[in-house]
Amino acid sequence: MGEFVLRRLLAAIPVLLIVTLISASIMQLVPGDPAAIIAGQGATDAEVAQVRSQLGLDRPFVVRLGEWYVGLAQGDLGFSLTLNRTVGQAILERVPVTLALSGVALLLTVLIGVPAGVLAALRPNSWVDQLVLTMALIGVSVPNFWLSLMLIVLFGVIVDWLPTGGYVPFMEDPVEWARSLVLPSISLALLQIGLLARITRATMLEVLRNDYVRTARAKGLPRTMVVGKHALKNVMIPVVTVIGISFGLLLSGSVVIETVYSIPGMGRLLATAIFSRDYPVIQGGLLVTAATLVLLNLVVDLLYAVLDPRVTYDRR
Amino acid sequence: MTAADAAAAPRPVGRGLVRRLLRHRLFVTGSVLFGLMLVLALFADLLQVAAPERMHYRFRFEGPSWRFPLGTDNYGRDLWSRLAHGARLSLAIGFAVVVVTGIAGTTIGLLAGYFRRLDEPLMRVMDALMAFPAILLAIAIAAALGPSAVNAVIALSVVYTPRTARIVRSTVLVVREMEYVQAALAFGARHRWIILRHVLPNSLAPLIVQLTFIFAYAVLAESILSFLGVGPPPPTPTWGNMIAEGKDYLREAPLLALFPGLAVMITALGLNILGDGLRDVLDPRLRVQHD
Repeated sequence: MGEFVLRRLLAAIPVLLIVTLISASIMQLVPGDPAAIIAGQGATDAEVAQVRSQLGLDRPFVVRLGEWYVGLAQGDLGFSLTLNRTVGQAILERVPVTLALSGVALLLTVLIGVPAGVLAALRPNSWVDQLVLTMALIGVSVPNFWLSLMLIVLFGVIVDWLPTGGYVPFMEDPVEWARSLVLPSISLALLQIGLLARITRATMLEVLRNDYVRTARAKGLPRTMVVGKHALKNVMIPVVTVIGISFGLLLSGSVVIETVYSIPGMGRLLATAIFSRDYPVIQGGLLVTAATLVLLNLVVDLLYAVLDPRVTYDRR
Repeated sequence: MTAADAAAAPRPVGRGLVRRLLRHRLFVTGSVLFGLMLVLALFADLLQVAAPERMHYRFRFEGPSWRFPLGTDNYGRDLWSRLAHGARLSLAIGFAVVVVTGIAGTTIGLLAGYFRRLDEPLMRVMDALMAFPAILLAIAIAAALGPSAVNAVIALSVVYTPRTARIVRSTVLVVREMEYVQAALAFGARHRWIILRHVLPNSLAPLIVQLTFIFAYAVLAESILSFLGVGPPPPTPTWGNMIAEGKDYLREAPLLALFPGLAVMITALGLNILGDGLRDVLDPRLRVQHD
């Protein structure tokens, strides 16, 4: 097991190196001068040039990239061009917000997606099944930012029950914190709920056909017990994969959702950085996000072994 | 090779296909939904009631009426006509992404799966591209290149190509080990012949299914890019920039954002159902159980 983890972590290094190269090149090899943007409209050429040399942008790309790697090796992601703080600080401030949002969304996903999938599988082709499948398909087809706008109209304008933007830290006011997360997390979770419900249903149908399920029923165990104990355990394996993927999708979706609801998380930080060409933030942020996803995949693979004793990663 | 391996091989696209597809409820439902949107796009010029850019200043924020079937927007432009023309660009971008990812993904997947030495470097780059959250990468590329339809296609193709490449590669890995391919190699067949004759046809089914889903993702993602202002810029309507413009008038005129969003949803829904149907018929291994 330890060897497997080590091997996987080592394999992640080249991937993450390419990630940094890609993110650096995207922002460097294309038109658009950050110095001009930061100096502001109406700045003279001399002012722009001054900003450029202050920020070190007048030196060659390769030199700056090299310095960035040296900094990275020391745990330093550089200094933001626009936020007046280090990239590390900016990210650390935002991460808890995105984690809270994605966490709540993931919770919704599991709490709704798994039972919906199980219910559908227990009565294949019934109206419950059809309803779950239809809702799941709609869930994966709705643009989440548009759903957000519609929810804002419905709950913020028409009935005015919930806040339609902004974020209140948990420490400040737990009730408002929860309220501020309701609409964003629903908007974020819908796609995942659909995916998870479909996978749960498909896996459950397959598991229910197994001999051990029939045996358990035949020896007189109640259906709820068989489904809840025997079947659900085996359903959890693919479901965990999907939950892992979901978390990645949630991080991706948070870019849009945080922008729509003005939530100061990682997604909005990166979106803003992209538009203001704040290279250090973009590079640091993309690296942190990609590294999170890579680690997440590893955790999912390890969870297999925990959930299913038949899976082993040790070399025989 | 065992019987299990043979069963694991994908079924090539073959005869009787059209009949099987037309009998499939999901495929037909999806085709109808998507077909509606396609008709809207193809015949936008005939279906419009006014030029999409024409501003009727005296009729701003009109509700639906005989003259303006879905009402008018903040400039007094006819929403229905804009929706129909928006279908053009939105679907064209989705289709272009499908073509580009289809070609690029197939090429990369074939090379990586067939030639062992290329596998590592190519797939590591694909892994790296897939390590980015999809939308974030698309936004970054589109923002860097500047807002335009072509750049949106480039951005989305970069994002979705690795997914296509992976699928093609995995099929190639299975097919390459098949006895008949090994036999052909033993008889001295050329690589190009084996790829064209055996590998490519077998990769086709999962590829077509995947591309249908990519079409759906691309239409959704285009609307996100346009919404954030890095897609094709106004005044040329796309569903995404229509929603973006409507966003500022959610209180006064929620319909402005409602209709283009519905159009995106119906298109994506149609393509997703269509893809499910295609998968059931073409590639039954991957079927989500329906019995």
